[in-house]
Amino acid sequence: MSDTTPLLDVSGLTKHFPIKGGFPIRRTVGAVQAVDGLDFQVGEGESLGLVGESGCGKSTTGRLITRLLEPSAGKITYSGQDITHANRKALAPIRSEIQMIFQDPYASLNPRQTVGKIVAGPMEINNINPAGGREARVRELLEIVGLNPEHYNRFPHEFSGGQRQRIGVARALALEPKLIVADEPVSALDVSIQAQVVNLLQKVQRELGIAFVFIAHDLAIVRHFSQRVAVMYLGKIVEIADRDDLYGNPRHPYTRALLSAVPEATVDETPARERIRLAGDVPSPINPPTGCRFRTRCWKATEKCATEAPPLVQVEGNKPGHLTACHYPETADTVPAPRLSKDPEAAA
Amino acid sequence: MTSTDQQPFLSVRDLKVHFSTEDGIVKAVDGLSFDLAKGQTLGIVGESGSGKSVTNLTILGLHDRDRTAIDGEILLDGKELLTATERELAQLRGNKMSMIFQDALASLSPYHTVGKQISEVYRKHTGASKKESRERAIEMLKRVGIPQPEVRVDDYPHLFSGGMRQRAMIAMALVCDPELLIADEPTTALDVTVQAQIMDLLKDLQQEFGTAIVFITHDLGVIADIADDVLVMYGGRCVERGTKKEVLTDPQHPYTLGLLSSMPSLEGPVDVPLMPIPGSPPSLLNPPSGCRFHPRCAFAEKVAGGRCSSESPVLEVVDGRGSACHLTTAQRQELFADLAAVAQHN
Repeated sequence: MSDTTPLLDVSGLTKHFPIKGGFPIRRTVGAVQAVDGLDFQVGEGESLGLVGESGCGKSTTGRLITRLLEPSAGKITYSGQDITHANRKALAPIRSEIQMIFQDPYASLNPRQTVGKIVAGPMEINNINPAGGREARVRELLEIVGLNPEHYNRFPHEFSGGQRQRIGVARALALEPKLIVADEPVSALDVSIQAQVVNLLQKVQRELGIAFVFIAHDLAIVRHFSQRVAVMYLGKIVEIADRDDLYGNPRHPYTRALLSAVPEATVDETPARERIRLAGDVPSPINPPTGCRFRTRCWKATEKCATEAPPLVQVEGNKPGHLTACHYPETADTVPAPRLSKDPEAAA
Repeated sequence: MTSTDQQPFLSVRDLKVHFSTEDGIVKAVDGLSFDLAKGQTLGIVGESGSGKSVTNLTILGLHDRDRTAIDGEILLDGKELLTATERELAQLRGNKMSMIFQDALASLSPYHTVGKQISEVYRKHTGASKKESRERAIEMLKRVGIPQPEVRVDDYPHLFSGGMRQRAMIAMALVCDPELLIADEPTTALDVTVQAQIMDLLKDLQQEFGTAIVFITHDLGVIADIADDVLVMYGGRCVERGTKKEVLTDPQHPYTLGLLSSMPSLEGPVDVPLMPIPGSPPSLLNPPSGCRFHPRCAFAEKVAGGRCSSESPVLEVVDGRGSACHLTTAQRQELFADLAAVAQHN
């Protein structure tokens, strides 16, 4: 991370979705604590990976950064400008610099519009007229993402899933953004196609110097794409580090368990990584555990974990920029975790 | 590890499944053969539209008989399934063979409690009383690791989490101790930590009961974890088969090699671009001539006389190992080594 002002600076970002209930007067009876106090920065041209299981708040984070959702608390600074509660008018110039790529290439393209119109859409909305005309620019964009510019007048249904995702990438690039939030951009695609799109995004990131917030549940793809990686659990970042530190020296028990749960296509009689099997499911974000949110599934949890939430800090032995939120961080020689019982509530 | 020891438990011979649609005939499965012995797991890998799910729906007789043209043989413990009547199949389904589907929420009825859905299967096949079958349902829920099974047995599926629903599905599939279990992408919709739990559970249950499992997935990592033998499907055909070790460490078909080299890994170099397979999977309405993979194959031009586009390669299986490709062994060794070298240098 550079010393200059980061492109995106998020501090204490929180989103609680209210739950209404009661009769006859509906009141707020609780809240889904989807995102609870996130701090992270994204430098220019840097790619930050956000990983975690379903319900950990990674997509909500993406929607908060792009201001598709209104934060409940915290602060989002983009290029030194506070955009946490900026209104529509103030956001307009910034919106063209922050673009989004969506998960489902079938749902995110309007079936009634031609590819040309879809990709030109952002330019139309922002009233941008590039030299040479919009059509020429669209053709150029289609070429960048590896599509035939002759397909300008075709409709989305004429394309395969991978090609549709390329159209989505072309649309995101139309305004020459500085930051792209990609929410699970390849998880809906076939294995052989995923690599095509990952390579395309990587090319775009390197050649155009665009910063990425890359949201995914697939740890291997994030490792491939992002220079920095943040692991989320139940609305909080449990660990954030440079790629090599996070994958090579995971300090949070959850990161370790997550890495060990990924099946690898290797036939190794003695696996290099020890296997940790977490019992049970992620608890509900409506009523998350006190203290450390991971403690109900953690094999190291003690009294302290139940009462005191661990701060996200550089624990002893971490390199600068490697932050871990754990009272009892893992070390390289930590004894492999015992295989937990299959009864999830026995541990709770 | 191959299944040639004795009479195979499940034997599929030259299976062809063709659907007639408005646009023409879809050749979903086009000449597929495999054997599976008891206590073994066969992993079927393939992308969407490769025919892997259709194969397994056909084994269970769940296809639409009016619109499907089927040819070939499916023998379960020596009994021909394709000519069996609906009544005979109903006797077998849930009893001798059962299936776990990908989407557990869609496969469980929202109107009945989980316990009722499990015990119904048991009652139907064993004639047990309501009380007995309820106890059996509780026992099964306990075995698949549902906490407080006596309480949860009366819950409706929406009260279960994704992983618990998949466990309940497994409990339902195993309630009659089936000898054949077909698992169609059972973990695809689940998170990795839950996926690991479910795979361990399946392995434990297989050890206990000696169930034969057909495990369908698109994830080679999952295959590496659970399968004994692997069958790679592409465009309705088997392109390669062998033991897990053979297929994953020494792939013989360019498609298998492509799948392996397009997968990012948790180890190894990171700043190497992935090597995707160009193009997209074929349409089964109008599949490419000759080898169905040839339009996407990096080596098609290395085969003399354009045979790849004119002649279908034959899958020759010796001792459970084989691939359907025109490349000669010598060519393959040379070309695949080159590709590996390119990958290293990039």
